[in-house]
Amino acid sequence: MNITLKLNGKKISRDIEPDMLLIDFVRAEGCLSVKRGCETANCGLCTVFLNEKPVLSCSVLAARANGQSVTTLEGVGREAEEFAEFVADQGAEQCGFCNPGFVMNAVALFRENPDPSVDEIKEYLAGNLCRCSGYEGQLRGILNFLEWKKGGAK
Amino acid sequence: MITFSNYVQAESLDEAYQLNQKKGNAVIGGMLWMKMQKKRYNTIIDLSKLNLNTIEETDEEFKIGCMVTLRDIEQHKSFNEYTCGAARESVRHIVGVQFRNVATVGGSIFGRYGFSDVLTLFMALDCCVELYKGGIVPIAEFANMKYDRDILIRLIVKKKPIKISYKSMRNTKTDFPTLTCAVSKYDGVMRAVIGARPMKAVVVEDKENIFGTCGYDEACSKFAEYVCGNVTTGSNLRAGAEYRKQLVKVLVERACGDIK
Ligand SMILES: Cc1cc2nc3c(=O)[nH]c(=O)nc-3n(C[C@H](O)[C@H](O)[C@H](O)COP(=O)(O)OP(=O)(O)OC[C@H]3O[C@@H](n4cnc5c(N)ncnc54)[C@H](O)[C@@H]3O)c2cc1C
Ligand code: FES
Ligand code: FES
Repeated sequence: MNITLKLNGKKISRDIEPDMLLIDFVRAEGCLSVKRGCETANCGLCTVFLNEKPVLSCSVLAARANGQSVTTLEGVGREAEEFAEFVADQGAEQCGFCNPGFVMNAVALFRENPDPSVDEIKEYLAGNLCRCSGYEGQLRGILNFLEWKKGGAK
Repeated sequence: MITFSNYVQAESLDEAYQLNQKKGNAVIGGMLWMKMQKKRYNTIIDLSKLNLNTIEETDEEFKIGCMVTLRDIEQHKSFNEYTCGAARESVRHIVGVQFRNVATVGGSIFGRYGFSDVLTLFMALDCCVELYKGGIVPIAEFANMKYDRDILIRLIVKKKPIKISYKSMRNTKTDFPTLTCAVSKYDGVMRAVIGARPMKAVVVEDKENIFGTCGYDEACSKFAEYVCGNVTTGSNLRAGAEYRKQLVKVLVERACGDIK
């Protein structure tokens, strides 16, 4: 079947298998930041924006993206880079495998709620699993990032 | 993972229903649960085009389309005002925001899962399920109906003066619940709904008029004992039957306290 969608701002048209998942579609288009970290819709590593909302691309059919707009980390640009660089400088992460999904969902959080409380951060990011850090580093990184954005020091 | 050869966005409910009668075909909501199966289907039926993704509110009721997501339920201002925040509380622990942006109310209720937070919430409201062939059925009845090939169109929640509180217990964040509990009072009746027992949710009403015969605080703990005595719990990987019994008591008493 044929689908036409906007991927990272660019309109594309492709023939796909009806049961293709969005994660496999965007990866085939070169968006390799999007990864599969589980088989159970639990880890959040595959997060992309479908019409600006964060969704699990491992659980959405590519067919359902027909006529819609899909954004991966590659398409978020400076907004994501700025945050990812800041968090890396804070030494917040270890292996970094969870990072693409974490950055995507953090960006979604900041867009929805620019000044979140600690509880709101924890709740919003609960679906992004990290098997190394215990989340303390990331939480510290986010709080420092928000402080810095408000004009504080790094 | 499921695989299939055809994907159809139904143009009408009738088309969806007719397609769904064929063995080897199936409807998808968010596909999150479906995806966990290892199964090959012929045609997958998508209801996305039928405008069933909205919550309509009138003076009498909320009509919640089957394609409304769990995130919509969490964020809907007026439905959360009506349910005193119980709607948000029932779904906010389910996996994560990205998951809830995909999971649907229709799939959650049609599945009638033993672990369901969503079923527990709606069973504590005056709620009916609207089915394409089966018509309008009270949700507690629907919960015990046999699985068939009907289409769940929407949920209809009747507005009435209500007090409701929702509680759940999880061994760890984002896991399936070890027990779910909703306590509500409408039409003058206090009721508790207990789910993740780990069986399907059940309703226990205050048939002995406990709340009419003693002070509120005393009634809360008596009612909690009463519910505990009238609910069967079981054991699984997450918790034992006895532990669940204790949880029933604690969560019911706390939820009763919330709606004083
Ligand atoms: C990893 C994981 C963790 C979860 N944790 C929780 C939890 O903690 N608490 C909780 O309450 N739930 C939990 N769930 C369940 C989840 O919230 C959804 O209820 C579930 O995924 C079904 O919703 P869906 O939209 O994905 O439906 P689908 O998977 O698409 O469909 C489920 C079933 O319903 C049928 N169906 C779907 N829509 C309709 C319709 N309109 N008419 C007729 N039939 C229909 C499908 O054919 C299928 O049989 C979890 C699920 C997963 C995968
Ligand atoms: S790959 Fe783990 S949630 Fe999608
Ligand atoms: S840093 Fe290793 S999984 Fe998160």
